[in-house]
Amino acid sequence: MLHFILRRMLQMIPTMLAVVLIVFVIFSVVPGSFISGLMSEGRNATNIQAMQHLNAQFGLDQPVPVRLWNYVTGLLQGDLGISYRTREPVWNVIEPRLWPSIKLALMAMGLAAVVGIPLGFMAALRPGSIFDSATMVVAVSGLSLPEFWFGLLLMYVFALQLGWLPSFGYQPGSLQHIILPAIALGVSPMALLARTTRAGVLDVMNADFVRTGRAKGLSEPRLVKAHVARNVLVLILTTMGLQIGAMMGQAIVIEKLFSWPGIGSLLVDSVATRDIPVVQGAVLVIVVWFLVINMLVDIAYAVIDPRIKVG
Amino acid sequence: MRLRFNFTLGLVLVLTAVVCALGAPWLAPFDPILDADLMSSELPPGGGHLMGTDGQGRDVWSRVLYGAQVSLAVGVISQVINSCIGTALGVSAGYFGGWWDDLVNGLTNVMLAIPSLVFALAIMAVLGPGLPSLLIALGLTNWSWTCRIARSSTLSLKNQGFVQAARTAGFGDLNIMRTQILPNILGPVLVIGTLGIGSAILAEAALSFLGIGIRPPQPSWGNMLSDARELIRTAPWAAIFPGLAIFATVLGFNLLGDGLRDMLDPHMRTRKA
Repeated sequence: MLHFILRRMLQMIPTMLAVVLIVFVIFSVVPGSFISGLMSEGRNATNIQAMQHLNAQFGLDQPVPVRLWNYVTGLLQGDLGISYRTREPVWNVIEPRLWPSIKLALMAMGLAAVVGIPLGFMAALRPGSIFDSATMVVAVSGLSLPEFWFGLLLMYVFALQLGWLPSFGYQPGSLQHIILPAIALGVSPMALLARTTRAGVLDVMNADFVRTGRAKGLSEPRLVKAHVARNVLVLILTTMGLQIGAMMGQAIVIEKLFSWPGIGSLLVDSVATRDIPVVQGAVLVIVVWFLVINMLVDIAYAVIDPRIKVG
Repeated sequence: MRLRFNFTLGLVLVLTAVVCALGAPWLAPFDPILDADLMSSELPPGGGHLMGTDGQGRDVWSRVLYGAQVSLAVGVISQVINSCIGTALGVSAGYFGGWWDDLVNGLTNVMLAIPSLVFALAIMAVLGPGLPSLLIALGLTNWSWTCRIARSSTLSLKNQGFVQAARTAGFGDLNIMRTQILPNILGPVLVIGTLGIGSAILAEAALSFLGIGIRPPQPSWGNMLSDARELIRTAPWAAIFPGLAIFATVLGFNLLGDGLRDMLDPHMRTRKA
């Protein structure tokens, strides 16, 4: 088991390196640098000397391969570089954004699970019924909904018209501020969970051991509880895990819309100001989150289901 | 029965969007950009304006019609690029195997690890806003599923009798891939492609909403929503209708893709989203 976990962790390294390389290459070909942007803003003449000085200060006067080497060796020591804008270490800029982002992802996933899983379950127990059809209509609509538009409508109805909830912003520990963004973000994973649960339950209901259970006279509720639910659980947990992993990337527009101080809004703002080290750091955090959650799902999978080959 | 209905509904929604896009010059009562009139800004729906007017007094209905052109062009063209890249990489990787397969597999894993919206955002930041940048950014970032399906299908096809026969008959590698393998994987590629158009339209809207997609004043559903955000209190219709257009079009492509999948392979029915 330990061997499996270690190997699974090692598998992340090449992917990580490739991501660092791609992100670095993309941003080293950006035509307007932050420095030139800084220089042209509000100032008419560009001071060549000042520009050279700044370039040297950030190491931008060196050739790209050298900068890449410095960046990677820095990363290995936990150094994400210095923000062009605030002149702070990038990690200090990113770190306060982490918890709001994770909180939003977990909250959205919680809502999605509470609504999506029971819906999928009940739909699958009565396949072809009106309830089943209605659930699947809701699910395909949820997957087609532009989240930020839905968020905007929620904001209009519940914040501006009814005045029940704040329309945007963040307060640590405030439940009211997180509800609207979490609902907007949770709609598509909810739809996905409803569909996956339904498909999984239908699959298991047709399996031989369920037929055997029915033949030996198990009552339907007992059958569902003892045999079906347990077998579908693995599928549901996997789907949820993968969704949480992807959510930090999916959340950028919702975070921006609700002025939520997470990684996503930091990424968008840093792209706008061409603060490249912060952009690279934020992308890296989003990717690491995805990879780590995926790894945890794989490990959990091996623990829950002994049929999965370990090692 | 229900499946047939869903597919038909999808087809109707998509065709409506196509008619809106192609017929915009004839259907639109106003010019989407030039007919701005601050005296008649933020008029509610009704009167001469079916969907009301926006903050600059432009007719929302006319702008929604022209916005369909952008959304469909971005969705279809970028997904065609994705499908071509994914199919070419997947088929060749499955067919040749070896180091090429390893390389393509590694690349696919990397692409799956970076969320496509984040990747597209990074590319847009480099290329700057506009239609060509959008096509490149969305066309290069969403091919991994196509590639996976194409690769696994090719792996199972390449040892089958008809492919072996073609090889014995002296067909070249390229010829075998084109005439024997490609026709057999078009179904799943088409299904993923149809669903992919929907997500590309959503991504275009998201990027334009963030202000790095289609540059105003040219109307796109995403940048209309971005403008309407400030008016949500006084002119909610300016936000409701473009969003509804995105929703209906993406729903159309999703229903169409689901329907195609069910027709092509009853086993895959609603298994995956």
